[in-house]
Amino acid sequence: MKRSQRLRMPAIAVGAAAALAVAACSTSGSTPGSGGSASAALTASAPGITATTITVGSHQPLTGPAAPGYSEIAPASAAYFAYVNAHGGVYGRKIAYKYLDDAYNPSTTASVVRQLVLQDNVYALFNGLGTPTHLAAVSFLNTQKVPDVFVASGCDCWDQPSTYPDTFGYQLDYIREGKILGQYVAKHFAGKKIAYFYQDDEFGMDGVKGLDYEIPHSMVVSRQTYVPTNVNIGPQVAALRASGAQEVVAFTIPAFTALLKLYGLKVGYSPTLVVSNVGADPITLSGLLETYAKQGGATVNGNQLTAGIITDGYLPTLGAASNSWITLFKKVHDQYDAKAPFDGNVLYGEAVAYAFVQAMLKAGRNPTRADLVSAINSGLPQGPLVAPYAYATTNHAGATGAYIGVIKNGVIAEEGPVLTTDASASGSVTTSTGTLQQAPSSGVPAP
Amino acid sequence: MTMRSLPRVLAAALAVAVVVAILSIKLNTFQDYQIAEIAVEVTAVAGLTVLTGLSGQISLGNGAFMAIGAYTTALVLLHLGWPFIAVLVVAAAVTAVAGAIVGVAAARLHGPYLAGATLMLGVALPSLAYAYPGVFGGDQGLNVVFTTPAFLGVNFPPTRWQAWVSSAVALVTLVLLANLSRSRVGRNWRAVRDDEVAAALAGVNVARARIRAFVVSATCAGMAGALLAIVTGLVAPGAFTITLSIALLTAAVIGGLGTLPGAVWGSLVIVLVPTYATDVATSHGLSTAVASNIPVAAYGVVLILVMLIFPQGIQGGLRWLLGLLGISSARTWHPASLPGARSPAGDAPASQHEALLTRGGDPPEPHKKEGTQ
Repeated sequence: MKRSQRLRMPAIAVGAAAALAVAACSTSGSTPGSGGSASAALTASAPGITATTITVGSHQPLTGPAAPGYSEIAPASAAYFAYVNAHGGVYGRKIAYKYLDDAYNPSTTASVVRQLVLQDNVYALFNGLGTPTHLAAVSFLNTQKVPDVFVASGCDCWDQPSTYPDTFGYQLDYIREGKILGQYVAKHFAGKKIAYFYQDDEFGMDGVKGLDYEIPHSMVVSRQTYVPTNVNIGPQVAALRASGAQEVVAFTIPAFTALLKLYGLKVGYSPTLVVSNVGADPITLSGLLETYAKQGGATVNGNQLTAGIITDGYLPTLGAASNSWITLFKKVHDQYDAKAPFDGNVLYGEAVAYAFVQAMLKAGRNPTRADLVSAINSGLPQGPLVAPYAYATTNHAGATGAYIGVIKNGVIAEEGPVLTTDASASGSVTTSTGTLQQAPSSGVPAP
Repeated sequence: MTMRSLPRVLAAALAVAVVVAILSIKLNTFQDYQIAEIAVEVTAVAGLTVLTGLSGQISLGNGAFMAIGAYTTALVLLHLGWPFIAVLVVAAAVTAVAGAIVGVAAARLHGPYLAGATLMLGVALPSLAYAYPGVFGGDQGLNVVFTTPAFLGVNFPPTRWQAWVSSAVALVTLVLLANLSRSRVGRNWRAVRDDEVAAALAGVNVARARIRAFVVSATCAGMAGALLAIVTGLVAPGAFTITLSIALLTAAVIGGLGTLPGAVWGSLVIVLVPTYATDVATSHGLSTAVASNIPVAAYGVVLILVMLIFPQGIQGGLRWLLGLLGISSARTWHPASLPGARSPAGDAPASQHEALLTRGGDPPEPHKKEGTQ
């Protein structure tokens, strides 16, 4: 019966109501357009392009379950754009990168992407992150003819030029990755018992599709799945152990790679792990292993536990300190994004930003939106990747190959040559004959 | 006596329709999209607020009913290509059946058990999309193509048309719900909510009333799902997580549980606060780590403030403010109508609970009355 004292709060109440009203008004009032006016040489040739700026947008998981690790990507891209802006920009224009949080929720993605396109007038959507999230935006972007470049997801669904002519993938897709890992497993572990552990969605199933193209079914003794919302994978690990598999191939996100390792240790089961690139960043993994073990009352050395994990990489490994790309991206990171650890996510964010600058330079001095799409359709130089892009009018997939690597002392050590393949059942996995490119000394791609 | 009569409800709906139409033309196309989002939210929250506020049943599964409505819409549009009005009817009918099935179980459960059962529905049902990827498209979901009618011309913004359609459905839903809650059905709900035994003694079929409330609530959620499908253009399981169900309940509580205007206020808060907070956060040059958490924090602060200052939600607070200023038709808001200080049943004005729908209020828990006597 003490609630009556709440009546002393009318002033606060009025204040709160006023604040709400102000909030509502401001939301419906502002319309920051960025169309701008034409100047002599550089013109406002498309929505989001002025004589001085190129505005691009993105949806990213800055909060929520996918944020750990992935929230480093957009700031890393922004850091590379800042570097380019400080070194002459793109034909003199500065890139303004506006990325909004969608908390990895597709409904929010649909909303923020409409805000970016309809209200903020972005020129292109760049590196929208996530399969389920970006799927909520892809038809809208294509209806609006907004270039939807370098989606941050390895789903092969971005490679549908006839349905989504304005959408381009970027990283090695999970089917190709599954084939490359699968070929390695089939060759190096012939006669052994293999098990799969994968996320029960498009990501895991695409990966397994690729694995199954290469690994004979008779070798696979167990197939276990998990859903990202349930961290109790004890039953799956028990089943893997019971199957007697000596190698486990995992298409997992980092948290579940760590859990797989720890649950295995608990029951004395330590198979050789072969893990997809997205779930095998050594720095992220090592941190997660130490955190989870601490929560369970144990102390572990993350780098010891990750040692021996087999994975693949389509970008140069962070361990290669003398690699010109790693030197460049480390320099940009130290200058513009020093607070974040220089890990795989940061490398990825900078590399994909480099690809965007390449594409913008190729699109011309005063590009329309269609110019960017046709620039990518005619192919992009390989840049930091270890294998060429697949980009063509009839192919919107990104990276086509990767090397196999083994984690040693917290870094991925390359093991063997770069392998390339396609996403089909019949296409073979072959050793790449192409050469690696060197980073430009200016750090900015040549026009 | 304090009930809003049907003509007044219709007049209010008409006025809102005119305001929405003008706003949708004046504002930019993204804000039209926000209007559509708000209308989707209103349709779902209105159904939930009636279920929880009037019949006293909680549901953490209305997101799943939205999924049923959305998938029905996507499948019918994809395979049969019917006009949207027919699709909406089918979506409503399918979710009504689902609501009846869940309602039969729900009628036997109370409090945390009901919350638990509906929570399970909210978590489990959207996963069916993964289990049957052939039909439901798995993780990728199903695309929904919703075209603007030809008579509006090619340059008519699609988001404005979506805003119109969604707002029309939301308004019709609100009018129907207002009418329903004034009717015998609504009185039975309130009777069952306040005291099941007394209601049963008075001749109310308690189970039927509870099931009916679930059907109505599910139908609203189904229609909201249908609208969501055409507004976002995609139906995928990721959009129907348990977060959605909780957001609906949050909106109902913020707005004022059991009040239809409250459903509108709650929806406005849920849709507009995060967008506005993001704009503020990103325009002040804050670091990413800080800026990205501001919308979440703002949402939390609004939630806490509303609960502290207006325990009966925004609508309850507005009523009280208007009463304070002497603007409302002399309906005073006194300490007795605060939840913790509820008068004993005998002392309460007879109209207090009858007027919940328009005045704002929360469902009393029937078995606590003895304690306050």
